Amino acid sequence: MNNKATNACHLPELKSGEISFQPGRIFWATLVRELNLALRRRSDLINPLVFFLMVATLFPLGVSPEPSVLSTLAPGVVWVAALLATLLSLDSLFRSDFDDGSLEQMLLSPQPLFVVVLGKVLAHWLLTGLPLTLMAPLLAVMLFLPAEGMWGLMLSLLLGTPTLSLIGAIGAALTVGLRKGGVLLSLLVLPLYIPVLIFGTAAVEAAVTGLPLGGFLALLGALLAAGLALSPLAIAAGLRISVSG
Amino acid sequence: MPRWFYQLASPRWCYQITGKLLPGFAIAALLLIAVGTVWGLAFAPPDYQQGNSFRIIYLHVPTAYMAQSIYMTMAIAGAVGLIWKMKMADMVLKCCAPIGAWLAVLALATGAIWGKPTWGSWWVWDARLTSMLILLFLYLGVIALNSAIESESTAAQATAVLVLVGLVNIPIIKYSVDWWNTLHQPATFKVTEKPAMPVEMWMPLLLMVIGFYAFFAVALMLRLRNEILRRERRAGWVRELLQQQRG
Repeated sequence: MNNKATNACHLPELKSGEISFQPGRIFWATLVRELNLALRRRSDLINPLVFFLMVATLFPLGVSPEPSVLSTLAPGVVWVAALLATLLSLDSLFRSDFDDGSLEQMLLSPQPLFVVVLGKVLAHWLLTGLPLTLMAPLLAVMLFLPAEGMWGLMLSLLLGTPTLSLIGAIGAALTVGLRKGGVLLSLLVLPLYIPVLIFGTAAVEAAVTGLPLGGFLALLGALLAAGLALSPLAIAAGLRISVSG
Repeated sequence: MPRWFYQLASPRWCYQITGKLLPGFAIAALLLIAVGTVWGLAFAPPDYQQGNSFRIIYLHVPTAYMAQSIYMTMAIAGAVGLIWKMKMADMVLKCCAPIGAWLAVLALATGAIWGKPTWGSWWVWDARLTSMLILLFLYLGVIALNSAIESESTAAQATAVLVLVGLVNIPIIKYSVDWWNTLHQPATFKVTEKPAMPVEMWMPLLLMVIGFYAFFAVALMLRLRNEILRRERRAGWVRELLQQQRG
């Protein structure tokens, strides 16, 4: 494990006995650390994206190669594939930190766990949700999504995937202590993803049919705002429970 | 905090008090459900549009209500367990989940049976049906998480967090009819308005709903008493109790 070497280096230096409250610095330190760690295991970064592409390939093979059929399915298929790809990447969110003990150090640190967790989730989104969003047009073309729907797809994914990361991290935090958390994690998280999926695909469909999609994007934004404010609390609570148990 | 709140924390006190309450609730549940069933199925007037097929609401509506109410009970128990670290709340949370899951299954099944003659199909992807299905998934997740974690206190805390997170879903269920406004008819009872049904139709329904609440209390108390005995099996009072029953 080469994680340990990277743990110490980015935390702000303190004089002995001094405890300073620096949410901004701890957030930045966590984010940089996570991105560094991820860049050293690049294959893990690619996997969700390949999965995303493969799931989308299955639909023309399994349902029908007809453009008319595929173009009606496209918004939902791209969204479901993005959702599953996010789900796949969640299990490793806290796993290596839990295994090598650095998670325990984060819980013990005097800095607010809320901020640490937010940094980790943002890193997760930058490494999965954002690439998925950027890759979505490729899938949209493969599935004959009408060109009018493209912006709706990108915008809805841009607003929706951070919420997926936030909600998913709750499940990851609750199951990190379990040896076989993977399937259980999807069981816990998938029902909670449904509102995001509904509003996400509705936005794309509205864009395709030329209806205003602002309302759906606003709802996705509302879900994101609520997720940003509330889910770090649940994630932090889940991590404390998992580590102490 | 009142005294009874502290007493609730004692498994022994809870075991005794549920022992005293159990017969009363059991009789109430039996009477209410029996009267409600016979009245609803045999004597209530048939619906002018749906004929006799509407009568399944006497099972469907109470089970659907209960599936939602039990989730609320679980959430309250979970919050109490997280805040006051109360063992009894953990047990209530654990015991509620299977009851709620079964009632959600019943609500979905009776809804499907009603949907076939009325809508012409067993299942319709309508907001309310879907939310009930999601509620069932939430229950299954709660049960799965609770049984996956070995340490009882850790399992209870983790489940409580999950239940509270899922609680966000309950308003979506309740108000999804108004949001998406699809095939499903709006809620039968509204606090602010008089029901659209005649008295002889909703009266048995009301009896059934209250009866199902009593039934839930009975089912919960039975499970809870088992759970208390299992967890407190090494405690002195449980041994004494078992010895008394044997001798």
